[in-house]
Amino acid sequence: MKKKYNYNLMTGGILTVTMLLLILISVFYVPYDPDKMDSTAKLAKASFHHIMGCDQFGRDIFSRVMKGCGNTFFVAAGTVWMGTVFGILIGSFTGYYGGILDEVLMRINDTIFAFPSILLALVFVSLLGGGKYQIILALGIAFIPSFARIVRSEFIRCRELDYVKSARLSGAGSLRIMFVHILPNTRNVLFSAILIGFNNAVLAESGMSFLGIGVQPPEASLGRMMSEAQTYLLTRPSMALFPGLMILWMVLGFALLGEGISERQAG
Amino acid sequence: MKYAVRKVLTMGVTILVVSFLVFLAFHIIPGDPALAKLGTQATPEQLEQLREEMGLNDPLPVRFVRWLVAFVQGDMGTSYSYQMSVTQMIGEKIPITLTMGMMAFGMMVGLSVVLGIYTAKHNGGVIDRVICVLNQLLMAVPPFFSGILISWGLGLMLHLFVPGSYVSYTKDRGGFFYYLLFPAAAIALPKCAMAAKLLRSSLIEELKKDYIRTAFSRGNTVNGVLYAHALKNALMPVITFWGMALADMLAGSIIVEQVFGIPGMGRILLTSISHRDYPVVQAIIVLIAVWVIVINTLVDLIYKLVDPRIS
Repeated sequence: MKKKYNYNLMTGGILTVTMLLLILISVFYVPYDPDKMDSTAKLAKASFHHIMGCDQFGRDIFSRVMKGCGNTFFVAAGTVWMGTVFGILIGSFTGYYGGILDEVLMRINDTIFAFPSILLALVFVSLLGGGKYQIILALGIAFIPSFARIVRSEFIRCRELDYVKSARLSGAGSLRIMFVHILPNTRNVLFSAILIGFNNAVLAESGMSFLGIGVQPPEASLGRMMSEAQTYLLTRPSMALFPGLMILWMVLGFALLGEGISERQAG
Repeated sequence: MKYAVRKVLTMGVTILVVSFLVFLAFHIIPGDPALAKLGTQATPEQLEQLREEMGLNDPLPVRFVRWLVAFVQGDMGTSYSYQMSVTQMIGEKIPITLTMGMMAFGMMVGLSVVLGIYTAKHNGGVIDRVICVLNQLLMAVPPFFSGILISWGLGLMLHLFVPGSYVSYTKDRGGFFYYLLFPAAAIALPKCAMAAKLLRSSLIEELKKDYIRTAFSRGNTVNGVLYAHALKNALMPVITFWGMALADMLAGSIIVEQVFGIPGMGRILLTSISHRDYPVVQAIIVLIAVWVIVINTLVDLIYKLVDPRIS
């Protein structure tokens, strides 16, 4: 039988890898200093010198986009990391043991889950102030419930399976069963949850930065670049277009990758 | 019926818990409302007196209950920065944001049903593939980017509307609705893409089932089977998604309002956050939370109505 070609995985992989490469390069090298203002190049059109042109302060947009992608990626990765770690902790204990702790934690979980994540993040920002690390904390907390829920249902599914029973019979402790035996078996579900969560985090971060409460200036951020570019929409639409396309690129890459992987798992 | 009562009760408890958590969060933050009101020039005696007047010296549960009772009666407190009743401030803005949200919701539901059914029916065709690729792209677009694209393409290029020229509903109702069409579309498009995709895959799954084959074998037409049998079952997961999207749209409108310069709840929330005007922020957060919780409960109830097997 001819193997079906997995376009999603292919395109997603290419988009993601090029994006990661771009971010990696931006750590060591950007064409121009992203914060340097050049008064002779204000609102310059795209050219060989500035391949995406310059913004209203004469800063090179391509360099800022590169740095901005890095910042967005950093925030999204931090958010997902936090959501996953605490989600696994909460989900595994509540799922494995059940009982009153499970009941209480799940009610709290549902309550937080009911909030749109960006709104929860806004509450935290109004309490903690804006900034990169505050956003990670705020979005991270907002992301814990969804991961906890997924991990919990996986643990409930697995805790009565035969391999867990045999592990228990051979004298393995609860912690060992939870993290050495069950956890690795949740990886498929967890992985696609991470990819989806990552995309939501990218969208939420860029949205917050667009509102001016995310990554703070002068640090470059895709969302803020777009909100600044709105003033020049008539004369220089590309100023808003490039950062927007970068967000699209990042989100699309991970989304297609996720779909490709689940397609492959389904066979 | 029992199910409905239980759901509504759970909803009440959740709303209570959420409003207490929000109250607590704004209680913990550093900052003294009395000091904020009087300024740093105030003497300790004046401060103490105002604290007593505002009831800040009472224990937390007492203050929570007092705040809650006032809130239910429609008194949401006084804004620090405008010295104005929060109820009045927000009351003017709610219709704007709500209209926009409902318009976006209507667009999403209508378009996603049409697109979902069409693509499922013509599964594998050229138009289906084109729509699927477009959907995939749209899903990755953040609402403010679609907003910027719409105000550039439809507004500045095609001159269908002038971005930033919001008309108040008290002045010109037609103009108000017309202007809100564009931000509503910006919110609806990404959600619509997701809903259409979900409906398509759910319908395709459904059409493979045995009862569909039976329905065909009894001589029903394609449309008859699709609309009378498959659609109702296929809509189940989509309804959940619509509910979540409706809740999300309110949050999404906060951002899109900024793109289109609409003075709605989002605008007021953001300025209040930057001015640390906590009574306003608190009131809006609680209102949105209530909205979200009520919608989630409604979705559960509708679900039960469509599929009585759920317990």
